[in-house]
This record gives sequence, C-alpha cells and structure tokens, in this order.
Amino acid sequence: MNPAYSIIFFTVSSGAGYGLLALLGLAASSHGKASSAGFALTGVGLALVLIAAGLLSSTAHLGRPERAWRALSQWRSSWLSREGIVAIATFPAALGFAATWSGLVDAPLWIAPLGILCALLSAATVYCTGMIYASLKTIPAWHTGFTMPTYFAFAFATGSGLLNAIAFIFGRFQTDAGRFMAFLTIILVFTAIVLKWLYWRKRRGNRGQYTMAQATGLGEGVRQWEVPHTSTNFIMKEMGYQMARNHATKLQRLCMILLDIGFFTAFLSPRWPWLVFITAFTLLAAAWVERWLFFAQGEHVVQLFYGKDRV
Amino acid sequence: MSSLPVSTGKQLGLVIDLDTCVGCQACATSCKEWNAQGEGGPLTDTDPQGADVSGPWFNRIHGYEVKREGRSDSHIVNFPRSCLHCAEPACVTVCPTGASYKRAEDGIVLVNPDTCIGCKLCSWACPYGAREYDYMQGVMKKCTLCVDRIYNTNLEPEDQVPACVKACPTGARHFGDLGDEKSAVSQLVKERGGFDLFPEMGYKPTNKYLPLRARRESHAAGVQPLAKPDGSVMEKLFAWADQLLRSSTTTALVNPQDNSGKLEG
Repeated sequence: MNPAYSIIFFTVSSGAGYGLLALLGLAASSHGKASSAGFALTGVGLALVLIAAGLLSSTAHLGRPERAWRALSQWRSSWLSREGIVAIATFPAALGFAATWSGLVDAPLWIAPLGILCALLSAATVYCTGMIYASLKTIPAWHTGFTMPTYFAFAFATGSGLLNAIAFIFGRFQTDAGRFMAFLTIILVFTAIVLKWLYWRKRRGNRGQYTMAQATGLGEGVRQWEVPHTSTNFIMKEMGYQMARNHATKLQRLCMILLDIGFFTAFLSPRWPWLVFITAFTLLAAAWVERWLFFAQGEHVVQLFYGKDRV
Repeated sequence: MSSLPVSTGKQLGLVIDLDTCVGCQACATSCKEWNAQGEGGPLTDTDPQGADVSGPWFNRIHGYEVKREGRSDSHIVNFPRSCLHCAEPACVTVCPTGASYKRAEDGIVLVNPDTCIGCKLCSWACPYGAREYDYMQGVMKKCTLCVDRIYNTNLEPEDQVPACVKACPTGARHFGDLGDEKSAVSQLVKERGGFDLFPEMGYKPTNKYLPLRARRESHAAGVQPLAKPDGSVMEKLFAWADQLLRSSTTTALVNPQDNSGKLEG
C-alpha cells in the first residue's frame, strides 16, 4: 500500500498520545492526586496535543475533510467510524481527568474513575485503529494476529517513553518511581521488539498465500498479457506500491536498532536519568519507521489482477 | 447505511462470457461515456486531453495468457473486470459514513457522492479493484450497474440495460437477476459452469464469469513439421524463387497449407 504520510503521522502521534494518556490514567488511579499540577497538566496536555495533531493529520487524507463529521455515524459496522467516536469521546474524559488529577477541581474521588475511563477509552481507540487494518482480508500482511498487539505495543511503548521524559522534567523520574517507570518501558519495548522480530521472520520466505490463478479463476499457467489502462490509475497508485527487498531489509534493521537503543537507554535511565529523552525520541523514530514499513509492505490482493503472480 | 440488508431477494448483476469476449473495449468506453454524463457523473479525468490522462473507470479489460501444462499452445483471455455487486461486500461495511450502501430491493452496491468523505477505505477493502477514486471530486466512484438506465422508462425497453451490455458486439455480457434461479442469466451460469472471482475472499460476488470452452490444440492435426534444409539444388532454386517473389510483391504470403496462423519469414 502507498505509505501516506498523513496516516503514518496520525497512527504514530495519536498512538503515542493514547499510550501516554492511558498510562497517566492508570498511574493516577492507584496513586491519587498528582505530585504537582504542572506535571498533571503537562502530561495530559501533551497527550491531547499528540492525539489532536494526529486526528487533524488523518483528515488531511480525506477527499472531503469538511464532511469528516459524517464518519461518526456507522459505528454498527465500521471500525473507522468506531475509532472516530472513541477518539473524540476521549477528549471530555481526558479534560475531566486533567482537572481532577491536577487538583484544579477538588474532587479526589473522581480521579480514579476518570483515570481508568481515560485508560479504557485510549485502549479502545488503539484497538479500533488496529482493527481497521487487521480486518482487511484483502491485505494478507495486515490480516494477521500480529497487527493488533503491534499497534498496542508501539502506542504504549512510545507513550511510556514520553511519560518518563515528562516525569524527568518535573523531578518525578529521579525518585523511586523512576525505577518502575523505566521497568515498564523496558517491558513494552521488549514486547515490540519480539513482535516485530517474529513478524518479519514470518514474512521472510513467505511467497504469498494467494495467486493470480485463484483471483482470476483462470487456473494454473495464467500470466498477464495486456494491462487494462493507458496510464497509471488510482488502484496502481494506492495499492501498487513496490519496495525493493534490500531497501525493506535496511529499514527493518534501522527500526530494530532504534528499538534496541530505546531498550538500552531505558535500562540505563535509572542510573543516568537524562537518557529518558533519548529513549522517548528513538522510540518515536522507531514507531515512524515501523509504521512506514507496515504500509509499504502491506501488499494488496488486487495486484494479482494487475500482473503480480503471488500476494 | 453501511450495514448490509438482511436479504435481497432480487440480485441484479452481470454474467461475463470469457470465451466470447474479444477484448474490443466497447463496454469500457461505453461505460465511461454513459457515466461521465449520466446521473452518477461527472466521471472526471486529470489532464483529459493530454498525454498523461488518468481517471476512474468502472470497467477495465485485462488480457491474460493461459498456458496449460502439456499443451503446446496458449489461450488469450480478454477479461473485463468491474464491480461484482457482492452479496457480502466489505467495501460497504467498512464505510464510516454510510455513503456506501447495498440496496435491499435489487442488491446493487452504490456510493452516495454527496456524503462520501473520500477516505478510500472501501477501495482497500475491495479485492477486485472495482472502486476508483475521483481525485477531482474527492469522492469514491464505482459501477452503478447503470441504475440510471435499467429503471429509466424514458429509454426504449431494449436500452434499459447497463451501457456495457448494450455496447457489447459479441454478446459476451448478460444482465439479469442472479437471485432468481429461473432467470435466463442463472440458467446460463448453470449451463456453462459460471464461476465466482476470488471466492477465497468470502465476499460472495453476484457477477459470474463463464469459463473458456474446451478447444482442440491448434497444432493438433494437419500440420507437418518443416523439413530440415539439405542444401540440395532444388532447395536453392526454391529459395531463389522465394526471394524473387518476396521482393516483387508487397503483400505478405501465407502458406495456404499452414494453419498455424503464422506469417512466413
């Protein structure tokens, strides 16, 4: 599939935002009021900015952005519609959570329920995003059990990296809590590494499960003889993205190196807390590369009609 | 509504005869012509008069060569591909706005151009490449099964069929109710062993394709293998005569006994 930057930015930015918000919500639900209003407002504020920037970017992908509100209507059948609804529902919950957790509104009893609500809505949004892609049978590379956990792992790993950075700025990472936060980041990054390693290993040598013979119903021995167009058409632009194998291998390696750097800097961050910034940055960069590859390597079965032997 | 109708008794669609289609592109051009100006139009092109013209087409004709194992010849298959008006179209259910819908009354899958937001997810969900995005209008386009012709009583009864069916000069395209087992199209499908495209996707396409009829091998009988040159005087004489004839006439000569269809030389 054509790796559209508006969608890559959306899934990476909003993913990190929802991951951060969910972790803040969970932390607050067990610890109560934030250590400082600044910490609470910066944390939730950054999460909401990332989410909003991502959502705005996703509307740039639309042909008719002014009609985007219509996308909230078909939650009965469409994962995209469901995603839109929970994504927006997160905002009032997050604002309520920020107000109570920071102490701007003195309602300590509401902190835990609102924190958990934010975590649930964030997780639900990431789930819907993952399902948009995982539910597409037409893209076998996405229609696997890996897509959903990978979306979760990257959202929470990047969110956790950002959480550590904010905690450092407000002097929270340098306390005992820092060890637990670093530990959480290590677990999440490790999960992402394992998932991507297994996924890319599975992809290697996989010649594709569907054939041109199946798609056309013409049986074995079929090959393309004449193309159905005189110039590049929409299907070819959108679904005909081809990437050189060695180029993909290089990017996979880059993604792994970035994740490894994130892993080791998180591991060392209790000793040298300033490393949290490197962790946060490398994890976001890794998520960006991973998401680019996710789209670029997602071959669509329509290519079977357009001359590809296997997908 | 992106949710699918519980059932559509009537299920209008096409039956395309791959054995008869000659790949003349009349269906494709007729489709583009009708839909560029009909109710669903315009069907815009970028750079319409230029060299790099590009735009949505509802019907595209692929060409495939099929070479079966153990046969010396191959078949060229002209392969028109358009929306199959599936019984379970994921292109409809993924639509976040309800702009894509499947009509309960006749099973036709349509896009409402006034509510489509141009997210393109439906085109991702379609395994058949039936949906093409209109870059100028920012909305998705697809085959309407000429819904503005088939019920249009202003047209003569024989014109109340999809434009592609009307245009086909070889009768390779058939239109009718595939939900009705007794209909002429359903009978034709039964008789000729019509098949679904890509049934593995599970979308239950309505349109059916009729397979190639069995053919005898084109080199099967009557063609003698050419003798190897032996350098004899007679052969040299014929080669000289052949050369002479070749230079003196402009028309290509076909050996009347050679029915392989190949031109000499």
